[in-house]
Amino acid sequence: MDYEIVIGLEVHCQLLTETKIFCGCSTHFGNPPNQNTCPVCTGMPGALPVLSRKVVDFAIRAGLATACEITPSSVFARKNYFYPDLPKGYQISQFELPICLGGHLDIEVAGESKRIGITRIHMEEDAGKLVHPEHEHGVSYVDYNRACVPLIEIVSEPDMRSAAEAVAYLKAMREIMVYLGVCDGNMEEGSFRCDANISLRRWGAPEFGIRAELKNMNSFRNVQRAIEYEVERQMDILDGGGQVVQETRLWNVDRGISMSMRGKEEAHDYRYFPDPDLLPVVVDEAWVEAVRRSLPELPVAKRQRFLDDYAIPLADAEVLTADRAMADYFEAVVKLSSSPKLAANWIMVELMKFLNDDKTDITHCPVTPQGLSELLSLIEDGTISGKIGKQVFAQMYSTADNNPRKIVEDQGLAQMSDSGELEAMIDEIIVANGDKVTEYQQGKVKLFGFFVGQVMKKSKGQANPQMVNKLLKEKIG
Amino acid sequence: MELYNCSLEELWQRLEKGEVSSLEVTRSVFKRIADVDETIAAYLEIDEKGALIQAESADERRRKGDATTPVTGIPLGLKDLLSTVGLKTTCGSKMLADYRPEYDATVVTRLREAGAVITGKLNMDEFAMGSSTENSAFKPTCNPWDSGRVPGGSSGGSTAAVASATAIATLGSDTGGSIRQPASFCGVVGMKPTYGRVSRYGLIAFASSLDQIGPVTLTVADAALLLSVIAGHDERDSTSVNTPVPDYYGNLKQDIKGLKIGVPKEYFGAGLDPEVEAAVRLGCRQLADAGAQFADVSLPHTDYAVATYYLLATAEASSNLARYDGVKYGFRAENTDGLLDMYRTTRAQGFGDEVKRRIMLGTYALSAGYYDAYYRKAQQVRTLITRDFDEVFADNDIIVAPVCPTPAFAFGEKIDDPLSMYLSDILTIPVNLAGLPAISVPCGFTKSGLPIGLQLIAKPFAEETLLRVAWHYEQMAGWAGRRPELVTKAVN
Repeated sequence: MDYEIVIGLEVHCQLLTETKIFCGCSTHFGNPPNQNTCPVCTGMPGALPVLSRKVVDFAIRAGLATACEITPSSVFARKNYFYPDLPKGYQISQFELPICLGGHLDIEVAGESKRIGITRIHMEEDAGKLVHPEHEHGVSYVDYNRACVPLIEIVSEPDMRSAAEAVAYLKAMREIMVYLGVCDGNMEEGSFRCDANISLRRWGAPEFGIRAELKNMNSFRNVQRAIEYEVERQMDILDGGGQVVQETRLWNVDRGISMSMRGKEEAHDYRYFPDPDLLPVVVDEAWVEAVRRSLPELPVAKRQRFLDDYAIPLADAEVLTADRAMADYFEAVVKLSSSPKLAANWIMVELMKFLNDDKTDITHCPVTPQGLSELLSLIEDGTISGKIGKQVFAQMYSTADNNPRKIVEDQGLAQMSDSGELEAMIDEIIVANGDKVTEYQQGKVKLFGFFVGQVMKKSKGQANPQMVNKLLKEKIG
Repeated sequence: MELYNCSLEELWQRLEKGEVSSLEVTRSVFKRIADVDETIAAYLEIDEKGALIQAESADERRRKGDATTPVTGIPLGLKDLLSTVGLKTTCGSKMLADYRPEYDATVVTRLREAGAVITGKLNMDEFAMGSSTENSAFKPTCNPWDSGRVPGGSSGGSTAAVASATAIATLGSDTGGSIRQPASFCGVVGMKPTYGRVSRYGLIAFASSLDQIGPVTLTVADAALLLSVIAGHDERDSTSVNTPVPDYYGNLKQDIKGLKIGVPKEYFGAGLDPEVEAAVRLGCRQLADAGAQFADVSLPHTDYAVATYYLLATAEASSNLARYDGVKYGFRAENTDGLLDMYRTTRAQGFGDEVKRRIMLGTYALSAGYYDAYYRKAQQVRTLITRDFDEVFADNDIIVAPVCPTPAFAFGEKIDDPLSMYLSDILTIPVNLAGLPAISVPCGFTKSGLPIGLQLIAKPFAEETLLRVAWHYEQMAGWAGRRPELVTKAVN
């Protein structure tokens, strides 16, 4: 039978603040267990939370970038449940009045644009981490370094209709959050993670079907696979005349299947209520405007501007704007040299190849925009050929020498563009190959390439190809 | 007069003049503790060694001419829910029987910086839940005026210590009357400041939106002095308010002529002990003689206060006490089978009956399907109760009322009847719901010799007016500083 797939996503972003949301402890990842802790984030009796203003800034940033309304007075609530990684026995989150409401995000799937609604964005604290040592039976440890690290949760409307749309939404959301400097977007380490609510309904049915919630998908690919698996699973149930059970399911990456974690009956009653230790978060217009002014240009706008200002192809604009640092690098090169198209080609082909081989990113590139732009000018004004350019680039990259002009001079790599010198060389070749000249002139035009080759060989590849063409045409017609 | 019998104010003046040393005062207080506390049982932990060191350094501070405060060198006791580095902080619970905090509560830091001498930690109802201190997991505390009666609660240790002169003054906490009610039972001054006036950081929470730390003292002047040390904004407590702290002590003597005092009819209704009513009515006449103008007023939602309180306070408590799960600190049950069993057994064994009762009540009030009918409705009623006070305070400066409908009751009298126990807070609870400052001042004795308290209530952050009226009343009434006859070990 034919069903419509309905997907809503909950995205958790760990915020890139230096300190935790309710205390001054560091958020630095990888410190020894329980080093980044204090009475507040370990839930000692009597300790009280104090909200970090920076976290509110970040949440507003995320909200403005996704066209949300910023709530003038939002409220922190306690979400009560027991687990050893939760030091207070409740998580401080937002419930009835979150910081952002009612936004949207535009995505593109197979050339079609679609608007996905955003229900809300709220701020909350992360929990700690349990450690189960392999060799100690019956013992578990808990590390509270991550407890109280700030998160925002972005909840979408159930607007997505395929796994591809869900992945496109996630990619676009991740790109924006990374652009905003709100989150590092690392899915494997869990600083950008998502849960998916999935249901099926007959085409045209007015009501949504019963949904299952999927957790534990730590890459775009796993999101795609897990949703596809879930859609199949529900389809089989419905086709067999059964009913989908409302439950939370855990995606098992290794086995490529999901398994039930808890059913509706076991669902927690979180007993949310406003946290009496924290005042409402009052955000006035001036605060919102200050954050709005500090927002960077977002990927979609930047893409359009690249198309308009630099006249590069859409595919290039997409690659160059996928990463904000890369886009900045490109613009820096273009500002210094003349041809955006040339700069785009060089960045996308040469530079990215080197970065990929090194498994590093543009922020660690040894070739500066200045260096690359000088190299491109040398190519553009004919001082060197593109081929030599690649050789020079490789050297610049490996030695971090950003003076291509000097490299070209020191190693005598400049092309031969002196017409006198080239003419003399061509004359010699014509004399030495009189028979071929005759053949050519009798109509064997293919031989033109032979003459070009001879000149290049004689010049050790440094002859300017355009000039060689021009002079040869003049001499042998 | 023995030094331990002096008021904070008097000791402060004598210390400043160099007539006595803190070491002498402190030794006197510890002698008194040794003599009477075995009977009274106000203390859970006594820190004589630490106190003597602090006393010496207070004396050193005065000798060197360094800045001093009214509490420099004064032996003070702390309710055992104020976090203290180096001293156990049990909250009166088996759950925290061996818990030693790694940080000081803000009020403790302020006292230490002010040079106070900390005598030890005082008994209380477990997690401040109770009105008799009978809910302490460790021992009952006796009322110094009648050893067969309770000292009130939950700050029963704090008020019994001041009444029995085993501390010059103490700190308590008041969530629904926990300072004022035991102060009235023990015949001492007990004050609950405006919510937000004193930092709650390091106060082990019972109900966060109601808890407030306050002074328990022999006189109103002492309360003014102690409050001035602990009051003020604290950036570690988001609910502490950043308004200046006035000179409470310096302004006490300004006259109260023309001040308007409201007498709420709802606080003089059925169930009020006639002796208590007579004493409070007499207090009103004395204040009128001092120039205050009286008016009959109404707080129409008073009847709903106890129900509202027992929904909100228990809801907050059910969440505040979730952290006592046996994982990180405090009591953990032994021989349990897995995580869930560890949680259940730890909490079943670690908490007393009253605490468990309130956790269950609060959990129920917050549960899905009941939230709107209970928690949300109670918040709405809380607003109405606050508005009642706003309206009265539009035309009045102070409200006068009894503290508790009855004087101290006997041990065991109410412990098996929680509802009747809850009702002993009926006249103090509305003040917490509205976040107002209020004080209990001794206003006489019953024929059988039990103290009675007069309650004065003021507008938010009007502690200065509150203390001023209380001081004038105290001067005219003449009950201040009266001590019970105690059988001392020395005499034994």
